[in-house]
Amino acid sequence: MTATVVDTHAADHDDHDHGPTKGIKRWLFSTNHKDIGTMYLIFSLIMFFTGGAMAMVIRSELAVPGLQFVHPEFFNQMTTMHALIMVFGAVMPAFVGLANWMIPLMIGAPDMALPRMNNWSFWILPVAFGLLGATLFFPGGAPAGGWTMYPPLVLQTGDAFPFLIFAVHLMGLSSIMGAINVIVTIINMRAPDMTLLKMPMFVWTWLITAYLLIAVMPVLAGAVTMLLTDQFFGTSFFLAAGGGDPVMFQHIFWFFGHPEVYIMILPAFGVVSEIIPTFARKKLFGHDSMVYAASCIAFLSFIVWAHHMFTVGMPLTGQLFFMFATMLIAVPTGVKVFNWVATMWRGSMTFETPMLFSLGFVFLFTIGGFSGLMLAIQPADVQYHDTYFVVAHFHYVLVPGSVFAIMAGAYYWLPKWTGHMYNEKAGKLHFWMSTIFVNLTFFPMHFLGLAGMPRRIPDYSTQFTDFNTIASIGAIGFGLSQLIFVWILLTAKRGEKATDRVWEGSHGLEWTVPSPAPWHTFTTPPKARIASESFE
Amino acid sequence: MSSEHSNKANRNLVLSLLVVVAGAFGFGYALVPLYDVFCEITGFGGRTNVESVAVAEAPDLDREIRVEFITTVNSYAPFEFAADMDSMTVHPGQMYFATFTAKNMTGQDKIAMAVPSVAPMAAAEHFVKIECFCFNNQSFVANEERAMPLQFIVDPDLPEYVDTITLQYTFFDTARVASNN
Repeated sequence: MTATVVDTHAADHDDHDHGPTKGIKRWLFSTNHKDIGTMYLIFSLIMFFTGGAMAMVIRSELAVPGLQFVHPEFFNQMTTMHALIMVFGAVMPAFVGLANWMIPLMIGAPDMALPRMNNWSFWILPVAFGLLGATLFFPGGAPAGGWTMYPPLVLQTGDAFPFLIFAVHLMGLSSIMGAINVIVTIINMRAPDMTLLKMPMFVWTWLITAYLLIAVMPVLAGAVTMLLTDQFFGTSFFLAAGGGDPVMFQHIFWFFGHPEVYIMILPAFGVVSEIIPTFARKKLFGHDSMVYAASCIAFLSFIVWAHHMFTVGMPLTGQLFFMFATMLIAVPTGVKVFNWVATMWRGSMTFETPMLFSLGFVFLFTIGGFSGLMLAIQPADVQYHDTYFVVAHFHYVLVPGSVFAIMAGAYYWLPKWTGHMYNEKAGKLHFWMSTIFVNLTFFPMHFLGLAGMPRRIPDYSTQFTDFNTIASIGAIGFGLSQLIFVWILLTAKRGEKATDRVWEGSHGLEWTVPSPAPWHTFTTPPKARIASESFE
Repeated sequence: MSSEHSNKANRNLVLSLLVVVAGAFGFGYALVPLYDVFCEITGFGGRTNVESVAVAEAPDLDREIRVEFITTVNSYAPFEFAADMDSMTVHPGQMYFATFTAKNMTGQDKIAMAVPSVAPMAAAEHFVKIECFCFNNQSFVANEERAMPLQFIVDPDLPEYVDTITLQYTFFDTARVASNN
């Protein structure tokens, strides 16, 4: 797979430069994009297992009807914390980690534009999740009103409430700073002849994602601040008694929330758009149309929020508008899926682990997309709303969607990070186990939802037992399968040495630097032309 | 590219992005008044019309609308609260009176607030209240019980297909209700 070695390093390391400082200070005070990227990725892996452990609690409790392991109050804490940790702790930081590592390498920049802010935006995260995690040990427990924090229910949270709000503020601060850093790096630090439309898709999707982040994270910060002042400072934004309206929170929250789901999937589109051309040994089909499709999705994401709340009661014109706008998103998304398939068409494909995860992504994400279309149909949504059908839908787009893309990216770039090939057999095993179990977990949930099983309940009617048991078996299997990934990471340096190009069909500036990528790269800007010509 | 030049470019871009961030934070708050305007225009959330509407010269005596009254007491509000009649049949364009009775169940003075909602939504802007106890806070001394008036007109422009309007009030204690600590 690594037959040709293209020996065209535009970048060499600067021999005068000293390496990283030793010990803990290297990490605490790091301003190096690779070190910070590594910390982001490790942090997100830890959060992935933390949130995963909570998912195991949820699925164990739901394996059979009745209450067996936990109290309903604790069950609600688990669903709330699982969502918050997976969204803000696992998926988003993983993509920021990939961005930190790869964007400077892909655009030929020596580092991120604002390295000290980069350090700050990472180190805020452990503090935020420390605050959030600590609430598990508070009297009254962790937040249990759902990750969407709807009032008036969330206002009944006990001592954990202000901690929840401040944790969300900190996560938002971290994301906003990370996004500003990404935008400034991409706009100001590209290699001289890399025009915007020559940028790799991963860089493009991250640029769009970063703009989404700075547009909507402050709105979430505003919404939770209103909750905070409603609770402690006598305002009545959401309290009906004081003239407020609890439904307004849902509007503000989902004005953030819908772009947020694209924040979690656009970088995944970018990762997959890098990997499929490499292993199909063809250029990405329709690069520019991919850019326009991603921009289009980003724009549409601002005008569809109320499809999350079709059942609150809204004028008919509103229902129709949000229904059709939501369905419209299928068009640019379809452009992307067709482009990936067209890239593979008549390519000479091989199926290394990153490619397997990418193919799994394309197929399974599309299933999640289709169930999303079903939910977009307002009259049908009244039936599906708050059932397991919704749970099945968003887990399909987030687990075999975002998480598979993160896994694909990790396998794809791991040899560049470590300088060694990972264990390919174990990687393939990881893929097949994950794929089988993820479907076993989430596919039956479609049926449960259509049969009327509600979300966020610790107990259920006996007719739902069979599918729930299957889903729980799948979940435990999926959780255990992820330990293979940890083992692969721990043994990542034992494999054969990786070449600079790593993959036969790889192209782009990141493959022109040595493997492992030295601590400093591109201290002098490369010529982007070299990278595009290295693809033959 | 000199580093001085790139520092300046970075600073300018960061500043303009921070303006976007501040604008987005402000936009979140701007949604609050925008939402109120939106609700008043569309009747979203069952908000009733409190603006004066020209009353038709002659009531439409051929048309009968059933107006139903529903009352709810917020779980933190120590009150009894009910409509004095369950429903009434009205003609559009004619003025009607109804009374609701509330009782303070505690030995302390309380201030209550009734929050209205009208269903179906299409009827909300056509249900015109001339006078309503829900316009102001209602003070109750200890154990006080009293009737509160509502005076309303159903606008004759009410869509043809609406033959029943449900008016719902929730009674709140205006002292802090949310805290469960």
